[in-house]
Amino acid sequence: MRHLLDTRTLSRADALRILDVAEDMADTQQREVKKLPTLRGKTVVNLFFEDSTRTRISFEAAAKRLSADVINFSAKGSSVSKGESLQDTAQTLQAMGADAVVIRHGASGAPQTLATSGWITAGVVNAGDGTHEHPTQALLDAFTVRKRFFGDDSRGRDLAGLRVVIVGDVLHSRVARSNVWLLTTLGAHVTLVAPPTLVPQDVSAWPVQVRYDLDDALDEGVDALMMLRIQLERMGAAYFPTEREYSRRWGLDAGRLARLATDSIVMHPGPMNRGLEISADAADSSRSTVLEQVTNGVSVRMAALYLLLAGERARAGEDGR
Amino acid sequence: MSTRTVLHDADIARALTRISHEILESNRGPDDLVILGIPTRGVTLAERIGALVSEFSGRSIPVGALDVTMYRDDLHRNPTRAPQPTEIPAGGIDGKTVVLVDDVLFSGRSIRAALDALQDIGRPAAVRLAILVDRGHRELPIRPDFVGKNLPSARDERVNVRLAEVDGVEEVTIGS
Repeated sequence: MRHLLDTRTLSRADALRILDVAEDMADTQQREVKKLPTLRGKTVVNLFFEDSTRTRISFEAAAKRLSADVINFSAKGSSVSKGESLQDTAQTLQAMGADAVVIRHGASGAPQTLATSGWITAGVVNAGDGTHEHPTQALLDAFTVRKRFFGDDSRGRDLAGLRVVIVGDVLHSRVARSNVWLLTTLGAHVTLVAPPTLVPQDVSAWPVQVRYDLDDALDEGVDALMMLRIQLERMGAAYFPTEREYSRRWGLDAGRLARLATDSIVMHPGPMNRGLEISADAADSSRSTVLEQVTNGVSVRMAALYLLLAGERARAGEDGR
Repeated sequence: MSTRTVLHDADIARALTRISHEILESNRGPDDLVILGIPTRGVTLAERIGALVSEFSGRSIPVGALDVTMYRDDLHRNPTRAPQPTEIPAGGIDGKTVVLVDDVLFSGRSIRAALDALQDIGRPAAVRLAILVDRGHRELPIRPDFVGKNLPSARDERVNVRLAEVDGVEEVTIGS
């Protein structure tokens, strides 16, 4: 694996490989000494042009647990605010000897540009670009679903036959997009539920079923219910009349929570708007995987960094016993 | 291109039986023994040795697996290896006598990695090393305590251990 840019082009074999390595990483995080020497001497740069606390911290924890050096670069207070271009920023990082660049950018496709431009030789990990993709979030979601349903028996398994319902602002959500591609690659059946104004126009080309009514979707049965955050900062235009109306029709309240089957789970990528898309009852219930998702995020990102950085292509035939 | 078989299935069985007796003898019994195999074939051998030691001593000996992938010093020189599961028996390794088991001992670098991995898991009272085939060419000051067979080899020769559980056949071959 050279880069991790999206889940749309990620093969089933590669996806399972990341998830299985993440299982091994998760095992090491149960130990007293959580740090592994694996990426000693490698430098990982967190290049964040958009604010993010949890994703950046998660990548930082993952890199540090593997003994890589971490440099955090946020656009605020950097030369970017003085007008430096992505190219110049990237070449600066290259000159400092970055081995991997974890990038979050407001423009869809920025990680792709970074990976294919020839500006840098480092591996590129997409940590969210515009409304395009957020592959490590989808991988940690898939990991969490697999772990909840198959437990210690998870290695090597896909999600065939599981029904995942994704609810909320699909239009602006890179998490939803990455999940749609990854979950269907892994064999899950995905249903999107959103107000018509928050369904993307090109959704008919996606391998999903679309419902406008949450209760209809719940009636059809659900194994994992994924609530998306209503991104109030993106709500320049009016996509629904009021927050209260959204909450009543598309929010997960106590009544809808009670209708879920006993083993189905409730997911949220965080940060949550409690009382808007998810009620406190649902967020704190035993079905909720919110905190597991955070824990698993570190393991999945360790796996991605390991697969990107640990090996070197070519030079085969060396016997390393 | 010639390959010859240096150990057949009966030879392997005999070697493991002898190693198992030697482990019990040097440990003065089965107390506090933990046997850890290094994936892939070391785990298979560890399970067999564990079963034999349990049989000879009449006491169930804990057996586990210790993956060393993430501790190797040659990761950047090879294609990415997938890590294998590490399974430490419930009693842990603190204060125990850990017997590491691997199929072939060559440069000694896997064992160095294994010693580092052990250090992150706990503090054994002692660590011993059991090897089915010692082919020489050590690059580090590491020596096995229990050896199935010493096999003089040229550095560029290939030594292959095949075990029934993993490969469907049971033999050790050497070839150029």
